[in-house]
Amino acid sequence: MTLVKVDVVIAGLGGQGVLKASDILAEAAFLAGHDVKKSEIHGMAQRGGSVHSDVRFGSCVLSPMITPGEADYLLVLEATEVEPHRHRLRPEGRLITPAALDPALLPSKRSLNVGILAVLARELTLPIAAWHAAIDRQLRPDLAGPNRELFTRVFRYPSLTGASS
Amino acid sequence: MPPPRHLWSGNEAVAHAAFDHGIGLASGYPGTPSTEILEVLGALGGPARWAPNEKVALEVGLGATFGGARALVTMKHVGLNVAADVLFTAAYTGVNGGLVVVSADDPGMASSQNEQDNRRYAVAAGVPMLEPRDAQDAYDLWGLALEISERWRLPVLLRMTTRVCHSRSVVVPRPRELPTAAPSFDHDIASRVMVPANARRAHQRLRERLRGIAEWAETAPIAFEHRGDRSLGLVTAGVSAMHAREAAPTASSLELLLTHPLPLARVARFVAEVDRAIVVEEGDPCLFEQLRAAGIEVAGRPEPFRFGELSVPRIRQLLAGDLTPDPEPPRGKPPELCKGCPHRSVFGIFAKHDLIVAGDIGCYTLAALPPLNAMDTCVCMGASIGVGLGLRHVLPPEQARRVVSVIGDSTFVHSGLTGLAEMVYNPPATGHVVVVVDNGTTAMTGQQEHPGTGRTLTHEPTSRISFEAVATAMGVARIAVVDPCADEDGFERTLLDLLASETTAVLIARRACLLAARRVREAERSKNSCSAGGGNP
Repeated sequence: MTLVKVDVVIAGLGGQGVLKASDILAEAAFLAGHDVKKSEIHGMAQRGGSVHSDVRFGSCVLSPMITPGEADYLLVLEATEVEPHRHRLRPEGRLITPAALDPALLPSKRSLNVGILAVLARELTLPIAAWHAAIDRQLRPDLAGPNRELFTRVFRYPSLTGASS
Repeated sequence: MPPPRHLWSGNEAVAHAAFDHGIGLASGYPGTPSTEILEVLGALGGPARWAPNEKVALEVGLGATFGGARALVTMKHVGLNVAADVLFTAAYTGVNGGLVVVSADDPGMASSQNEQDNRRYAVAAGVPMLEPRDAQDAYDLWGLALEISERWRLPVLLRMTTRVCHSRSVVVPRPRELPTAAPSFDHDIASRVMVPANARRAHQRLRERLRGIAEWAETAPIAFEHRGDRSLGLVTAGVSAMHAREAAPTASSLELLLTHPLPLARVARFVAEVDRAIVVEEGDPCLFEQLRAAGIEVAGRPEPFRFGELSVPRIRQLLAGDLTPDPEPPRGKPPELCKGCPHRSVFGIFAKHDLIVAGDIGCYTLAALPPLNAMDTCVCMGASIGVGLGLRHVLPPEQARRVVSVIGDSTFVHSGLTGLAEMVYNPPATGHVVVVVDNGTTAMTGQQEHPGTGRTLTHEPTSRISFEAVATAMGVARIAVVDPCADEDGFERTLLDLLASETTAVLIARRACLLAARRVREAERSKNSCSAGGGNP
């Protein structure tokens, strides 16, 4: 699969690690050598409200924002945030929700953001080394190790049932 | 070896550029979307500090440049209203070391009370202005801004917007070769003492300098021209340039980096070479008006495009002449005060007693939303006190007695002290109560320090301003301090007692912000153990 440009919207609620997930994705694409832009709104949204972040990567990215109806992937960390963001996806785009993840794979709710990134990673062509390096750069040293392991576990999991689209 | 490449936000890029170019002093006041610039600069070990407000920040920066140092001053767009008094006359006095003022505008108001377009300030004050399109530009234009500032000895406005400040993109830092600044003072009374006789000459000198910059700009590397299809030419700047190139990939475009003063001959040449030229700009029609005033035949945008951010789909609509209003995006969950936030207790009591609440800027502004609905006004930093006093003066007594002003600790230092002076100087007949919700941090923007916390930008100990001592010294009749979480009933009793006293009162609701508490404990511990710790977490 060779895509010129990949557009990913990540959405959830303040405190779920939406921005951290988008930082890791952007960093992984960056380390894999792509042009990358990542955009989001900070501030008020951090107080438990809806948060979303746009990550775009490919050979050349211009606008930092993904046009509604044109996202290739929509990752949603909280079921109630699916509807407010569904219009961002293109018709054939992929919706990835927590339902795509066997809960047994997650050590805690706090690692949902990294777990769901690994589900996305299965569909992209970014090398796993770039993902690992991105996790190391973006997370505190004591969190990076366990999250790298979680990421690998989900990435290599034989079949993820319940993946919605 | 390929040059190092980084994935930086516009704010990070400005911080690194300032650090790489030997900044002598950086000051500012936290405000979304500008805050991270000074935080990152501080973490790099640069000379960054928080000022009590933007006016003081710009004064300190100006003083540093009078002394020959390079200075950076950062603020959000509305902060420049506070600092405008300095900016307009600093354009007259000029500078010695380079002075770059970052104005971080917020079109679409992601986190602001208005969407004013600060490009108007560059024109009004007569200062050069540069507008980055992304983080790479933010790095590069910092150096260019410094060069312009030092060559023409004027403060330069680096006007950013939310999507440039907070978007991360690839940056290859290439610092400019600039001579090292060597701070030293030379008397120059005629340039720096703005009494009328000197200021008249200074105004002439300012206009000469701007003419010089405009002339230089005609051939300088301050614009990118994409030669595409001649049938359509877009004149644009800032992040709009990126949206526009994506929306109309085959069009010709002129992307301006220096947007004041404008290289008018250059724009006119570009416009003459295309069949139809359209100005694509976010916010007010600033470029459009200047170009049309210069007789350049460009088309503008219909009025609906003045509001909110531009984007690829909106520019497609603009170019297609499509005026159907954007579909209202589905509403997500609104933000709310954290569970256990001390503001919840305070505003719960305001709501219970149906008080008339003159509010202010901070997390606690969220108390205006359901379910609390416990704030009646919010205008600008510090306005709670003046607005509350105005209401007290004119309302019938039974209503006037229910008016309180509520203001956060950082906002109180920023703009509350003069309000307190007004309360003491012109007390309403029914008295007045100012509630300072003191959570020991600038919470809304991400828990920055301020002069009331007793810690510097990098969380090192420094002198602390005591609000109760200030209120006492200013002559406020009654002062009380209550923890609204530990003693909610006590807070309610004290509030009602102060309201009934019909005199001037300051009630400090002191309880640490939950989000900041851990970092504050760490800072206090490192202070007590006399370690040399610090630096941003």
